[in-house]
Amino acid sequence: MSAKTLFDKVWDAHTVKEVEGGPNVLYIDRHFIHEVTSPVAFLGLKTRGLKVARPDQTSATHDHNVPTTNQHLSIVDELSKHQVETLEANCKEHNIVHHNLGSEGHGVVHIIGPEQGLTQPGMTIVCGDSHTSTHGAFGAVAFGIGTSEVEMVLASQCIMQPKPKKMRITVNGEIKSGVTAKDIALYIIAKLTTSGGTGHFIEYAGTAFTNLSMEGRMTVCNLSIESGARGGLIAPDDVTFEYVKGRQFAPKGAEWDKALAHWKTLKTDEGAVFDTEYTFDAADIEPMITYGTNPGMGIKISESIPTSDGLVGNDKISFQNSLKYMGFKEGEKIAGKPVDYVFLGSCTNGRIEDFREFTNYVKGKKKADNIVAWLVPRSVAVEKQIREEGLVKILETAGFELRQPGCSACLAMNPDKVPAGKYSVSTTNRNFEGRQGPKARTLLASPLVAAACAITGVVSLP
Amino acid sequence: MSIDKFTTFESSAVPLPIENVDTDQIIPARFLKAVERKGFGDNLFRDWRYTEGNTPNTEFVMNKSEYSGSILVGGKNFGSGSSREHAAWAIYDAGFKVVVSSFFADIFKGNALNNGLLPIQVSAEYLEEIFSTIETNKKASFTVNIEKQLFINNTTGNSINFDINPYKKTCLINGYDDIDYLVEMKDEIEAFENK
Repeated sequence: MSAKTLFDKVWDAHTVKEVEGGPNVLYIDRHFIHEVTSPVAFLGLKTRGLKVARPDQTSATHDHNVPTTNQHLSIVDELSKHQVETLEANCKEHNIVHHNLGSEGHGVVHIIGPEQGLTQPGMTIVCGDSHTSTHGAFGAVAFGIGTSEVEMVLASQCIMQPKPKKMRITVNGEIKSGVTAKDIALYIIAKLTTSGGTGHFIEYAGTAFTNLSMEGRMTVCNLSIESGARGGLIAPDDVTFEYVKGRQFAPKGAEWDKALAHWKTLKTDEGAVFDTEYTFDAADIEPMITYGTNPGMGIKISESIPTSDGLVGNDKISFQNSLKYMGFKEGEKIAGKPVDYVFLGSCTNGRIEDFREFTNYVKGKKKADNIVAWLVPRSVAVEKQIREEGLVKILETAGFELRQPGCSACLAMNPDKVPAGKYSVSTTNRNFEGRQGPKARTLLASPLVAAACAITGVVSLP
Repeated sequence: MSIDKFTTFESSAVPLPIENVDTDQIIPARFLKAVERKGFGDNLFRDWRYTEGNTPNTEFVMNKSEYSGSILVGGKNFGSGSSREHAAWAIYDAGFKVVVSSFFADIFKGNALNNGLLPIQVSAEYLEEIFSTIETNKKASFTVNIEKQLFINNTTGNSINFDINPYKKTCLINGYDDIDYLVEMKDEIEAFENK
């Protein structure tokens, strides 16, 4: 048998059928749903008179619309409230487990799986949200889908997908102090651009990734989509197995031994061929920040904003428009630029480690007066841990307050919106125009950089 | 349930020579709160199409009466970002049947095809030619022939063959969707589960 990549092994094991001249019919192990991309899919089922095929392989939560304060009260925005209630009703009708606001299992949709042990190596996982690639950290093939595809999975537990090409990104060496998983990811996206990964599924290999905790690996895989890739994954190892072991839905006893034996085979064979390969040196990576309006427009904080020299036609116009939107000039230093808002949270960086890093940095310091800071854990479990570890007191002493879980200002579907023209240093995943509110200006960075900016009030190195 | 059947047609085109048009621009997140597939076309390119005071931005191409047609021509890397199918719905609901670009993001492309909106990928040079044809004559017509997989610039006579996988082509022409296909595979899927 020819050498296979990890991605091939998982994909091929889930291929029910190869449609002639068309996509593969891929079997899905886990399906996560949320309030924004599921209602029209449920309506479709109703129109066709279908039931959900595998409610036991489906989990739901509402996260995009929810407020991050006073979650015990009714949601004020009528449309948001209706969307949340619609998901609840659909789950009830189809016997799908639904994690309501404030419940133990509530959080941003991509975190339920890892926290509860539903996400396991070698699985296929989908959700109507592009950051589903997060689960790739466990050696799962996980990717975001549209609402028609949500309906396909609800109706049949399968999806029709052309098989993507394979890319390997290898980063070896020790990462410098102050460099986090987020910086590694922003560095890669800056190198690949937002379309460099299109058509591909990425495998991340090398010590820069294997040395990361599961949480760091989730951050890296989460951001795969920002280079245009369908998803990204990392071969499971002892760090992975240790994280999964003992969680609510993880295999137990003899089942665990059997699963573990299988999981240990989930790695790319020697000699397996990738369509595209990149290699970077960990030593070249520094704390990163974005200066433009897509995640590929990232630089080291020590660098200056690039110029449009050498760009022509629409490339040049798009670059110039981007800087105009941000209110930046070509060739300026990014360090020292004013900041108005700091947002710590999202499926990308709302983890306990992120809160520990942020808290550790601001300990004994004071938040700058010009900064409005929103600190939003990505799940009830993370919020609980933050409280148990005593981080809240340190944060409050430094002038910060903790909010309740949800997607929040990452995409500003809830009340957490950055005002027009204001600068937000955000630990999220997208700096598109208006992403954090109409005309808001977003600079993507790590939790550590966000902490530094919150203290100094300007773009700063940690 | 099915999608609208896709037939060969001729139309003028609306140019949007902007690169990396992401799905947050196509339809901002704050307009994703509906629970039915209705009215998304009204908010297509909302923040470009309307001023902060909510009046139409007269500078934006969709607000210029001289431009019309069911073909939208965008810059490269069209549809990047979020997986929201609302982006494809908004474009389709606003009356477009085809989006032409030199490069599409994967999820957007899949979503478009699942809704009978045909993404046509052309070379960067050919895309430039389309933009310049429209610049010269805003009513310039183009032909989309799905059977022959041909996109024709009727002004210059230059045509380009576009790719579409044969299965999806059959779906578009006949108005089939994937869910019909998968539901019919029920026994095969169950056999797979029991393996």
